[in-house]
Amino acid sequence: MREKKPCFVVTYYTTAEAMATERLCKEKGIGGKLISAPRNITADCGIAWSSSPDNKELIIASLSEAKIEVQGFHDLVL
Amino acid sequence: MELIYLDNAATSLNKPQCVIDAVVDAMKKFGNSGRSACSQSLNASRVIYEAREKIASLFGLDKASNVVFTSGATESLNIAINGLLNKGDHVITTDLEHNSVLRPLYALTKIGVEVSYVHADSSGNVNYDDFSKLIKPNTKAIITTHASNLTGNVLDISRIGALAYEHNLIYIVDASQTAGAFPINMSEMNIDVLVFTGHKSLLGPQGTGGLCVKEGIDIKPFKRGGSGVQSYLEDHPSEMPTKLEAGTLNGHGIAGLLAAITYINEVGISTIQNKEKALVTRFLDGISSIDGIKVYGDFGKEHAPIVALNWRDMDSTSLADELMEDFGIATRPGAHCAPRMHKALGTVDQGVVRFSFGYGNTFEEVDKAVNALKEICR
Repeated sequence: MREKKPCFVVTYYTTAEAMATERLCKEKGIGGKLISAPRNITADCGIAWSSSPDNKELIIASLSEAKIEVQGFHDLVL
Repeated sequence: MELIYLDNAATSLNKPQCVIDAVVDAMKKFGNSGRSACSQSLNASRVIYEAREKIASLFGLDKASNVVFTSGATESLNIAINGLLNKGDHVITTDLEHNSVLRPLYALTKIGVEVSYVHADSSGNVNYDDFSKLIKPNTKAIITTHASNLTGNVLDISRIGALAYEHNLIYIVDASQTAGAFPINMSEMNIDVLVFTGHKSLLGPQGTGGLCVKEGIDIKPFKRGGSGVQSYLEDHPSEMPTKLEAGTLNGHGIAGLLAAITYINEVGISTIQNKEKALVTRFLDGISSIDGIKVYGDFGKEHAPIVALNWRDMDSTSLADELMEDFGIATRPGAHCAPRMHKALGTVDQGVVRFSFGYGNTFEEVDKAVNALKEICR
């Protein structure tokens, strides 16, 4: 099993907002990737954005500025 | 015999190669959008999201997630009409409409929705003052086509949109005959819901289309089911676009639609529009000398690339059959799913032969169509 590490995870109500996040982060050069939303934070299915905790503030500010709707922000070890 | 396709108002033929390639590529690489974070699923999700962005930009809509994909304009109109109108509401529409507007409205009259019609004259024109005269305290929406699929007459949707805005009415526009070939800006034209099909002048695959919904317009879901998100909710998710997109999207088709819009953006809508106008002008000039030809619609105003005509009292299906069998020219005869428009034109019995031109048609093809009519109509 791969080693777990701290992650900053964003969850969404729709796939469209997750895709908008990937686009935004790519444009801004913010690292990260789309993952299946972890079961320990939501029983729902869906796609989440996972990034380094170092990017947390930048991601929150960028999503707010771009008016991308999020379900929640999560500090996790994945 | 070389075949000439002049039925682009029904569906465009000879799609750009990039559209065909995009569909084939998608069929090799796409998983189900939004159902997983596996790379195949994300391939689909990324392309579908890019298509939303491109469509939002094309039609002057602020938010990509308010672009909803459906199987086409008919499904989109059913979603908008059934999702916005309730018992006791009044809606204004026109004689120009296609059955994809009329039949959902006829059905709603049975549950207490009132419908009023702005009538068309024998040239297919409306009197814009009639819209104001029909507004009542319970009027909720105005629904109009952008262009008649029968005559090609274009409605002044900016003018109607301004009226709707002034009276706080929802304005729904059916852009089936114009999306991709005419500039449309929802924000500037005060359009609340714009319905489009992908397979006509947008040059995409059949089975694609959708509706663009202005922020704040609340449309009830028409269908409920899998969404890829919020699986344990008993209600279908309320967030756009998922709210109106239950079930697997046509990712393969949407990939083709995205390629088609990219192609249109590269060519330019004005280039497409000017070419199609020139084809229509050449056709009209060519047939003007044929004795007994009657052309329907008003060509003194902005016009979609459609020419509907009859020759004397010849049945329109017979004329179209001769064009196809003897000259290889494809048109559409008969009734055109626009019954109120046929009544206004007086063509219920004869029908009409509709020539509809597309960006891929050539002047040579137009000349052949003119010469074929000259041969038949004498």
